[in-house]
Amino acid sequence: MSERDTLSLDSAVAHAWRGFKPGQWQQAVDLRSFIQTNVTPYEGDDAFLAPATPRTTAIWNKLSELFVQEREKGVLDVSQIPSSITAHDAGYIDKDNEVIVGLQTEAPLKRAIFPNGGWRMVENSLKAYNFPVDPKVAEIFTKYRKTHNEGVFDAYPADVLKARRSHIVTGLPDAYGRGRIIGDYRRVALYGIDKLIEAKKLEKKSIDGAHSTDAIIRDREELSEQLKALSELKVMAAKYGFDISKPAATAKEAVQWLYFGYLAAVKEQNGAAMSLGRTSTFLDAYFERDLAEGTLSESQAQEIIDDFVIKLRIVRFLRTPEYDALFSGDPTWVTESLGGISEDGRSLVTKNSFRFLNTLYTLGPAPEPNMTVFWTPKLPEGFKKFCAKVSIDTSSVQYESDELMRPAWGDDTAIACCVSAMRVGKQMQLFGARVNLAKCMLYAINGGRDEMTGDQVMPAFEPVKGDVLDFDAVMKNYDIAMEWLARTYVNAMNCIHYMHDKYAYERIEMALHDYNPLRTMAFGIAGLSVVADSLSAIKNAKVKVVRDETGLVTDYITEGDFPKFGNNDDAVDQYATWLAETFMNKLRKHSTYRDALHTQSVLTITSNVVYGKSTGNTPDGRRLGEPFAPGANPMHGRDKLGFVASAMSVAKIPYEHCQDGISMTSSIVPSGLGSTRTDQVANLARSLDGFFGTTGFHVNINVLNRDTLVDAMEHPEKYPQLTIRVSGYAVNFIKLTKEQQLDVINRTFHGEV
Amino acid sequence: MNPAEKPSLKGSRFELRTIDNTMDDADADRLAQEGRWGFLHSEETGSAVDGPGMRVVFWTTGCEFRCLYCHNPDTWKLKHGQLSCVDDVLDELKKYKDYLRFAGGGLTISGGEPLVQAPFVMNIIRGANEMGVHTALDTNGYLGERLSDADLDEIDLFLLDIKSWDPATHLRVTAKQVEPVLNFARRLAARKRPVWLRFVLVPGYTDAPDNIKGIAAFAATLGNIERVDVLPFHQLGKFKWEQMGMKYELGDTPTPTPEATEAVKAMFRSYGLNCPS
Repeated sequence: MSERDTLSLDSAVAHAWRGFKPGQWQQAVDLRSFIQTNVTPYEGDDAFLAPATPRTTAIWNKLSELFVQEREKGVLDVSQIPSSITAHDAGYIDKDNEVIVGLQTEAPLKRAIFPNGGWRMVENSLKAYNFPVDPKVAEIFTKYRKTHNEGVFDAYPADVLKARRSHIVTGLPDAYGRGRIIGDYRRVALYGIDKLIEAKKLEKKSIDGAHSTDAIIRDREELSEQLKALSELKVMAAKYGFDISKPAATAKEAVQWLYFGYLAAVKEQNGAAMSLGRTSTFLDAYFERDLAEGTLSESQAQEIIDDFVIKLRIVRFLRTPEYDALFSGDPTWVTESLGGISEDGRSLVTKNSFRFLNTLYTLGPAPEPNMTVFWTPKLPEGFKKFCAKVSIDTSSVQYESDELMRPAWGDDTAIACCVSAMRVGKQMQLFGARVNLAKCMLYAINGGRDEMTGDQVMPAFEPVKGDVLDFDAVMKNYDIAMEWLARTYVNAMNCIHYMHDKYAYERIEMALHDYNPLRTMAFGIAGLSVVADSLSAIKNAKVKVVRDETGLVTDYITEGDFPKFGNNDDAVDQYATWLAETFMNKLRKHSTYRDALHTQSVLTITSNVVYGKSTGNTPDGRRLGEPFAPGANPMHGRDKLGFVASAMSVAKIPYEHCQDGISMTSSIVPSGLGSTRTDQVANLARSLDGFFGTTGFHVNINVLNRDTLVDAMEHPEKYPQLTIRVSGYAVNFIKLTKEQQLDVINRTFHGEV
Repeated sequence: MNPAEKPSLKGSRFELRTIDNTMDDADADRLAQEGRWGFLHSEETGSAVDGPGMRVVFWTTGCEFRCLYCHNPDTWKLKHGQLSCVDDVLDELKKYKDYLRFAGGGLTISGGEPLVQAPFVMNIIRGANEMGVHTALDTNGYLGERLSDADLDEIDLFLLDIKSWDPATHLRVTAKQVEPVLNFARRLAARKRPVWLRFVLVPGYTDAPDNIKGIAAFAATLGNIERVDVLPFHQLGKFKWEQMGMKYELGDTPTPTPEATEAVKAMFRSYGLNCPS
């Protein structure tokens, strides 16, 4: 909002803002200004925290029974009313005892359908879980209303279809919601809907005089949709008996208002990742005020956060079993960003940062919300130790570098999904899964043919000749193959996001953004460590090829040892950094939809298993079908020097070329962190200081014994809440497929003897 | 361009590795006393149990003791290690300099018995000091006389293993006398050098109450013991004895229960020593 004095101060607003320090945030929608002006950094330890109240435990137990039924059935229930902000009536878990209210449908764990993203996903999911398809809905979305999915396939060029079919490009969001857009849900609490509508109208007015080009027409239509969505949000809240036209006046209201904003988003979009943002420190200002006014006790404060987190834990989307198998259960990536420091060096850790993490004790471990701590060695010691303690006890926390993100994106940045940083309300991304660069290397060797099917996928070029791989010849061909892949990939992404905006626009999430936010187009790569080790083998050892009768190289015989990624050895780590930079630069050559800024991630989530499945033998000795390492991790068991060397190799990958994040996952046995509990807590915190004090970007920390996981595989009923971190998020271990469980068990456990 | 010209040091301390250097033992020892070259068993980064914080650890080969419960008997013979140049070792350490600074960790030299190669070890320590990296020496103290007083001042922390108080027990479990160890401890105390005392609790061997009380009473008089670590015996080294064709006496010795270990820690604490659980 550009014009001043537009946020008129009526008495309801004055009451809601009482006691807050004034600032720019009162003149315009500016959450950063509010936080900077009103944050109360907390430097102490966790001693102030309150345990779960009996009320909280009762609600959680009630849900836990439903979780068991849900696990047995796969999907507990489905509503076939196409979902929207106002489609469903109010729903409750236990109406009289809920502190924060609101469900996606009228009953807990009852899933909605989102046909705008794609009818096929809805239909296949319903069939897979034995729910008869409502013929009326089917007719609407096959006869009258086109979907995103249909639009994308109308526009895909042939190369994209080929790349998709051969699994060199995978996971494209062309069949459902793209996700990874964070609405600034805090705005609902701080300003109330009326002021947001007022501000949005001004934005629309600002382009009223502009000539009606494609871009301006689209912008006007989008802003109109945003305005409608904001009005619908008010209607939705009214169904629960709340008038959210004015700002929230208490901590409980602030959480409720903010949650309504988020709830509207998950009622309208089944995005691949529906992240929450950076809410805890914002909300803390309300908690501090209520505590000071004597209207809130610590126990009540924790209860509000507990109830909020319970709601976040039960966000559900209807997806196919194949999708769930790929991503392990029901991931929603309700990522909440905690901690970090301000640009002026003040800590952004508040008591509420502690309360959010404390839910992993009050409610027990869980994958959602995806607790993400922005780490810097400059964080207060008390918070560092508490994080380390929570990690050791729950393995449910991930850490990302405040030192790398703050200079790049500022201090009001949040993570969407796993490792994607964005300025809240000012930046969004066009998400695009990833390409398999290990497979691409095999295509390079085979002149663009698929190593498993023999099909000519890329336009034919001369394969690498000779019985022993020549490093220069492989690199020359790899360049050709990556060039084609990069072009095809950008092509696919442009088609997807054009159609998503057209058929499945995120009205409410974008209503909680500034007009014309920075758009990034987030590409991704998989197979980094396989490629690095393979190139190292070709360079430093002798790699003989095995060809079939058609001349296709299907296997490699590698003689001699070679340096392997994960041992802090530049002789091989240079290939990993080279790969990230080279592919990124190839992507940058191709223009993007809406002039989005190209970014790239090194992240696989759990799909490292399926990437491995669809990739043939590789020169590093990895066998056909064997999983890749997750994210930017070294290959299992090849990092021989311990956690630090392994992490330092990954930390060399340049963030400037991977601004959508570099994911690393580490498993450490408790005794590997020290011989006493005090040592373990201190040493984990110090390890994180070391990693993020240098150039590490992200790490998932699991503190577990391998035996625990083996036992959980055999006796899942004993471990209903066993949570582990995979690449970028957490999963319920017992919901993993058997292959994924084995993959996790086979990983390097640092400190294991 | 085929494989690295030297075998890698990468790997855990629990990996059996004996390099068959063709030189004879006397030549190996002469080389190590010169100080520019030495013999290493392995390297590990991110150890949390070898001194304060997360540490880079170099394990040396060569040891005067023949501890019955040794979990690294492959470090006994000096020439079973990888011949390494001080400059290379320091280059490797340099890669972790920044990490260690942020992590509040440092370098630990362990073994084997590092003081078998005292000049080599001191060269590494001095190099680490120049980089500003905290240094710790894990030693049984038996060869303490090989360090000058100036050397002692260059080492930030000593992890001193006292295997037993009772001379007969010490002789039985290590095949060496205890007196030089205690003399070294006294010398460190006199120079006020910080020490973490380490004691391996081996049921049936070192667990006699008088043996433990002896160490505790002695340690309590020194004034420079910052911490006592009680390390419960484990069977992780057993396979090495078997693979090296040596007779292992402790095949049936159990790992102490957590309660038994805790009771021993309490004994140390009762002498006013810091012995965390």
